[in-house]
Amino acid sequence: MRKHSVGRVTTTQADISREIEAGVGAREQQPRLDYPAYRSSILRHPTKALHPADPEGVELWAPCFGHTDVADAEADLTIQHAGQPQGSRITVSGRVVDGDGRPVSHQLVEIWQANAAGRYAHLRDQHPAPLDPNFSGLGRCLTDADGWYRFTTIQPGPYPWRNHLNAWRPAHIHFSLFGTDFTQRLVTQMYFPGDPLFALDPIFQSVTDPKAREMLIATYEHDLTVPEFSLGYRWDIVLTGSHRTPLDSDLEEPS
Amino acid sequence: MTAAPGQTVGPFFHIGLPYAGGNELVPPGRAGAIRLHGRVLDGDGVPVPDAMIEIWQADPGGKVCREPGSIRRDGWTFTGFGRAATDPDGHYWFTTLEPGATHEGRPPFFAVTVFARGLLDRLFTRAYLPDPELFGPDPLLDGLDEERRQTLITSRDDTGLRFDIHLQGRRETVFLSFPKHRGVWA
Repeated sequence: MRKHSVGRVTTTQADISREIEAGVGAREQQPRLDYPAYRSSILRHPTKALHPADPEGVELWAPCFGHTDVADAEADLTIQHAGQPQGSRITVSGRVVDGDGRPVSHQLVEIWQANAAGRYAHLRDQHPAPLDPNFSGLGRCLTDADGWYRFTTIQPGPYPWRNHLNAWRPAHIHFSLFGTDFTQRLVTQMYFPGDPLFALDPIFQSVTDPKAREMLIATYEHDLTVPEFSLGYRWDIVLTGSHRTPLDSDLEEPS
Repeated sequence: MTAAPGQTVGPFFHIGLPYAGGNELVPPGRAGAIRLHGRVLDGDGVPVPDAMIEIWQADPGGKVCREPGSIRRDGWTFTGFGRAATDPDGHYWFTTLEPGATHEGRPPFFAVTVFARGLLDRLFTRAYLPDPELFGPDPLLDGLDEERRQTLITSRDDTGLRFDIHLQGRRETVFLSFPKHRGVWA
């Protein structure tokens, strides 16, 4: 057994909360890679400072995705099986922009998530909550010309994990995003407003600036709520800036 | 504007991100096809079985691909993008073509992104073709000491190119930041 795996069973939420509290001073807008309160990071974070580089060649461009890659129906996670999934249906929509506020158009957005009971349709998820035969939990879409994306899905449940005793993740949806440059690549998690687990969660708290953490929380938006169908959440996503001056060809929709 | 913070891909990214054919930029066996492969290792040298690697590269002529079709590949279009999850031995592999130089006199490389459970944000690095100095100078490689520089250079084996990724340790891979992003305050 490796040394830190023993600690997992004896560390309490109070211990983890103390570690989180001790790191509060720094206020960084991106997650700290070296954040031992998230135990799995201990042997997996780089110990040397990231090396500053000027992007070159392919790094100044992002891969192209089009309707050949993504069918419209993939944006609806509730229609992938014969029956309706369990849980509360939600609509999640927002705009992807770069650091200069320009929309990221016709680009790929991917999501994956637990079901309403907090269980992932994944072999390694052994949380004894029911799987839902009508919910796989993955979706894809392309942003429109103005950077908007929209998914129909199920409100995911919070779930326990083994970081420490009685550890629970706040409910979240995983998001994967591309920009116009490869250096804008972002994988993150969207959370729901008012979750009582925020303060306890070392993954969420690894972003030590509270304003930056707020960027990961969707807002309830009644205008997105579909009558007799789903509650609406709005979540806008800001990527890093582009290094490149936009060309007209970037604005054309790929065939 | 501040960029949204990253968060780990976690242990269950397999349900959403890897897809069939993601690691086959060209069909195996096609003329000129090589394997780019390696292992992802943690600070104890233990393989990381729940990591994911993405590559983004120019075609053999050095052209940056602008074609869609990386998710539903047609077997003919070279899109330059690939995605591979590591196996239980921490091993990943791609079937692809060797990239050409996007600028004359500069060493060709694969842009590489690393994701894993335990990694709170993605990491960027580059995998250069062997003997990069034969192509010309390179501002990134030339600014590193020899031991660090070697972590960015692939080695040739009987199927193609090998590129191990060390998240920590003496041979820790050089990971990159791009601080001159416009619109981001440091």
